[in-house]
Amino acid sequence: MAYIEIQGLGKSFRVKKTDRHVLQDVNLSVERGEFISVVGFMGCGKSTFLNLVAGLQSPDAGRVTIDGDVVRGVRKEAAYVFQNYSLLPWLSAIGNVQLAVAAAFPSWSREKQLAHSKQYLELVGLGSALHRRPGQLSGGMRQRVAIARAFASEPEILFLDEPFGALDALTRGNLQQELAQLCSAAGRPVTTIMITNSVEEALLLSDRIVPMTSGPPATMGPAVSVTLPRPRTVAQLQHDDEALRVKTHVIECLTEYVKHARERRSPRPSVQTATVPVVVTRPSSGAVPAK
Amino acid sequence: MTARGLGYFLLPITGVLLVAALWTAASVQVKDLPSPVRTWEESKLYVLEPFAKRGEMDQGIIRLASYSLMRVARGFLLGAAIATPLGLLLGLSQALNRMFDPVIQILRPISPLAWLPLGLVIFQRSEPAALFAIAVCSMWPTVINGAAGVKAIPQDYWNVAKVLRLSPVTTFVKIVIPSTLPYLFTGYRLSLGIAWLVIVASEMLTGTPGVGGFLWQEYNSLIYSHILLAILAIGLVGFALDRLMGLAESKLRTI
Repeated sequence: MAYIEIQGLGKSFRVKKTDRHVLQDVNLSVERGEFISVVGFMGCGKSTFLNLVAGLQSPDAGRVTIDGDVVRGVRKEAAYVFQNYSLLPWLSAIGNVQLAVAAAFPSWSREKQLAHSKQYLELVGLGSALHRRPGQLSGGMRQRVAIARAFASEPEILFLDEPFGALDALTRGNLQQELAQLCSAAGRPVTTIMITNSVEEALLLSDRIVPMTSGPPATMGPAVSVTLPRPRTVAQLQHDDEALRVKTHVIECLTEYVKHARERRSPRPSVQTATVPVVVTRPSSGAVPAK
Repeated sequence: MTARGLGYFLLPITGVLLVAALWTAASVQVKDLPSPVRTWEESKLYVLEPFAKRGEMDQGIIRLASYSLMRVARGFLLGAAIATPLGLLLGLSQALNRMFDPVIQILRPISPLAWLPLGLVIFQRSEPAALFAIAVCSMWPTVINGAAGVKAIPQDYWNVAKVLRLSPVTTFVKIVIPSTLPYLFTGYRLSLGIAWLVIVASEMLTGTPGVGGFLWQEYNSLIYSHILLAILAIGLVGFALDRLMGLAESKLRTI
């Protein structure tokens, strides 16, 4: 049995007296230490999926087991990074991290908790901004604090809900690299499930990419393995044939899903041509590879 | 002087002078209403010797106001001590909120004049009865704002508490309190304003020394200029209280 086992997961919300099925029959197995990216369109239920797996919400159908235990509530060994940072504005950067450290290691002395928090903030390059509040930090710095907060509790499982979604392309690239380094430098297997709408981001970080079908109700498509060697760089992904193949495959999958969903919703031909809201960022310096 | 300076200083002064002119005009019409000048002449003793104590009610205006302020402070603190946890609880629990919302809505509009006799019946003495009236009347804005503040805590912060597995106590201290503080301070500011309104009524009814008691006694002694003095004192102190509370509010801003 895999480390994280998701079986027949379903969730619906009641909207105006009708049940809206957001997720239906989602199955996924994640091995210990694996980095999985779930890629899908906005509003297709990706975040709901992650909330169910993390134990922030409870499913209507199916179940999630982690290490053999059924998930009921947030687990001790898991950390979560939110898209909108979710830092507490009245605490300084180190205060925010320390809150997580104190909750994870309550037996430590205050000094040890602070030193530990400081170490992780330095690791994400915020050693000089320890006492600044989130309001005085840029978006990228805030997300760095959030990442430091997640890693400082020394988690075995990491849930990332579009962690770089609100950042500009350059900051996003830097942070993606830093996250990859943090994961590999953790010294223990960190199992990660990341939600993203960027196929390139998924390519850069994951062992497997799972495209999510367009809901409602959404479910998981077949996973695509990414066998590229690490460490990976954005520039390298631009030229690598294997990377291109995976990227094209995932985008084709997603486009196919959205077409299906449209046909299901409205049988008449749609005027709108298939616009792909999948973020495909291309560094301005990199040459466009020929197919 | 610049146009800005004109707006800041001259306009408010003009406003005050206009009202004083209206007052003077009214005092010409109404025989018993003293003019501003006469008010000052007859009550300058109280202002120029603000801390003097000549008799139970015959005291300097600041001394009288300080009695009222002490009473307000005690009543307000008593009210806030009850209202703050009550408001937070009502915000945290949907069931409690449903249970007590009608009670609050019915108790809230009751005048201090109605609570005071009940206080006298319960406590038999005027001082605790006054505190009771102040506390009961002034607590509602704090209760309502506290509850609204807790309800307005973004889901993100609750998620943080869940994800970090914070204990209920830590969640309360680190998330609920800081997040609700701006709402609570708005409540305190409104509550303090009400407490100051109530003090005058309760002192008038119980005849205890203070600006309200002084006002009522001077009315009975037919010294009408002192009524105006007391009114002005009440207004100025109320204004100062509100400003102080506003200052505390901005100093303690968390978000």
